[in-house]
Amino acid sequence: MFQKIWDKHVVFSEPGKPTILYIDLQLVHEVTSAQAFEGLRLAGRKVRRPERTIATPDHNVPTTDRSLPIADQISRQQVDTLRKNCEEFGIRLYDLHDPHQGIVHIIGPELGYTQPGMTIVCGDSHTATHGAFGSLAFGIGTSEVEHVLATQTLLQFKPKTMELRVDGNLAHGVTAKDLILYLIGKLTTAGGTGYVLEYTGEVVRRLSMEERMTVCNMSIEAGARAGMIAPDETTIDYLRGRPFSPQNFDEAAAQWRLLPSDAGATYDVVKTFRGEDIQPQVTWGTNPGQVISIGDKIPNPTDFSDPTEQKSTAQALEYMGLRSGTLLSDVELQRVFIGSCTNARIEDLRAAAKVVKGYRVNNKVHAMVVPGSGLVKRQAEKEGLDAIFKEAGFEWREAGCSMCLAMNPDRLEPGERCASTSNRNFEGRQGKGGRTHLVSPAMAAAAALTGRFTDIRHWNYKA
Amino acid sequence: MEPFTVHTGLVATMDRANVDTDQIIPKQFLKRIERTGFGQFLFFDWRFKDDGSDNPEFELNQPAVKGATVLVARRNFGSGSSREHAVWALSDYGFRAVLAPSFADIFYSNCFKNGLLPIPLSESVIEKIFTRQKSTPGYKLTVDLEKRLVSDSLGLCESFTIEPSRQYNLLHGLDDIGLTLKNEDKITAYEKAHGIA
Ligand code: SF4
Repeated sequence: MFQKIWDKHVVFSEPGKPTILYIDLQLVHEVTSAQAFEGLRLAGRKVRRPERTIATPDHNVPTTDRSLPIADQISRQQVDTLRKNCEEFGIRLYDLHDPHQGIVHIIGPELGYTQPGMTIVCGDSHTATHGAFGSLAFGIGTSEVEHVLATQTLLQFKPKTMELRVDGNLAHGVTAKDLILYLIGKLTTAGGTGYVLEYTGEVVRRLSMEERMTVCNMSIEAGARAGMIAPDETTIDYLRGRPFSPQNFDEAAAQWRLLPSDAGATYDVVKTFRGEDIQPQVTWGTNPGQVISIGDKIPNPTDFSDPTEQKSTAQALEYMGLRSGTLLSDVELQRVFIGSCTNARIEDLRAAAKVVKGYRVNNKVHAMVVPGSGLVKRQAEKEGLDAIFKEAGFEWREAGCSMCLAMNPDRLEPGERCASTSNRNFEGRQGKGGRTHLVSPAMAAAAALTGRFTDIRHWNYKA
Repeated sequence: MEPFTVHTGLVATMDRANVDTDQIIPKQFLKRIERTGFGQFLFFDWRFKDDGSDNPEFELNQPAVKGATVLVARRNFGSGSSREHAVWALSDYGFRAVLAPSFADIFYSNCFKNGLLPIPLSESVIEKIFTRQKSTPGYKLTVDLEKRLVSDSLGLCESFTIEPSRQYNLLHGLDDIGLTLKNEDKITAYEKAHGIA
């Protein structure tokens, strides 16, 4: 599948040089685009295909009352700059007050922009999310954003391919988030460098579109350029009737059905896993590869033979304020964040609400839910999920990246420990000195209620 | 872009693996809309204490490496976020080359757009450089892009790999967009052939 998509988008290639690859769709947000537009202006260049670009502010935006101007002046300037640039260059913008505003990787798919077989880029490493539709989607730097704006192409060296096949079944309580955390743990954070990952196998086939997006979203956390899942009827059903799905839908769907990897497709590397081996996952360290199962103990530097690994482990434990040998279920936390482009879609909120229903947030915990987009928010409100969260003591916010990277006012205080459904547990990611543990939405919800990491497989649901 | 040919400079080391771009330039500095001036924020959370004073423990704050232009670190340097601000901050601080056993993809490619040279060398060579830097005051390395060599005055001389087209563009300070636009006819032909009006 990767090969087919790549070949179809080659504009020009010559030996020893990067290929000029045609880009079907570029997504733009406020943080990585200002310098690209400025570059165009300085060089007197235009946007080649404004209709193949969409933009939305998400990283910086407040998730509180939107009728007020953005309090942080520099954030406001960045959002204003995006608005001016979109006007000047003729790009469609889903602005702060647009009902479709949201995290760029959530609105692309839900509006039907993201389609199988496309090449998609965005100045954001989690662009891999869109690979869930069988598109080739990857994150790029600001200079490349400018390159795509100016030429609608990108210079690319062809990556290698790696198949990650997951056979069998996932146990009850084990989610797509646990699956991808488990795979990153096995691969390590650099294991996918230079590769496009393709997720296959029975477990992957049975995932919903939203679950597939969760999996592909975190491909970058294994170092990979992109992650992909071949399109099938699940993909086609998801796209039918979306505002920007193709007009001649059946024709397009027939083309999409031809994309999946032929039996016998070759990959540079193949790795296989069993769904049954996967338990709910929790990260303990400062990168997403430092992850263990809920029942495991916090590791010891001496568990690793490699000296670099030993040092990283010691550094991570110190930052995280954890002692080797501690059980996760003994670790207390103060904050819970349910949100981000990994896990803030409607199914994620449903899964969390199911756990929460009938309980109260632990009195030592501050918990918040930030829907991924305006559409997700309204759908959740229609289903009454907001009421379940609010009654339990969660904050219910407006759509945006929020505490995934804490560029807006939502952030951890030094030393605070947080169960988060986002994708990065780097030092200071959610606020300087903050300690992030990545988990699934259900696990985050349970942690909010008990104040410590809790095995969701033993949860007593009050339906 | 400024061409890169041969550079000799003072070496600073960071004994850490998986240095991610969130550390290189924390998010609170991504709000700027310029490409310049990021050097003052490089490694902000590690470099400064809460009261704003220099953290004396941090590698780059050691008086011996003030003015360093060559950075040496452990594997998987530049992982995480695609933010090109990380490269802008490293260059603006004064670094011309970064040496490590491996780099994250997006960071690696961002470097070339800004005249910063990322050099992958084996773990054992990097180890050797760490050792020499520690025992040699004022330790310098010379990077020769044309010959693809890293050397010091103590006899170290190691070759590194780089795609020839990247090497060529950096040697001549060529800008990718300009190069691609030389093939604009091919882009137009592609669009015609694929019904993109
Ligand atoms: S939610 Fe987090 S990871 Fe996703 S785009 Fe926003 S900041 Fe990036």
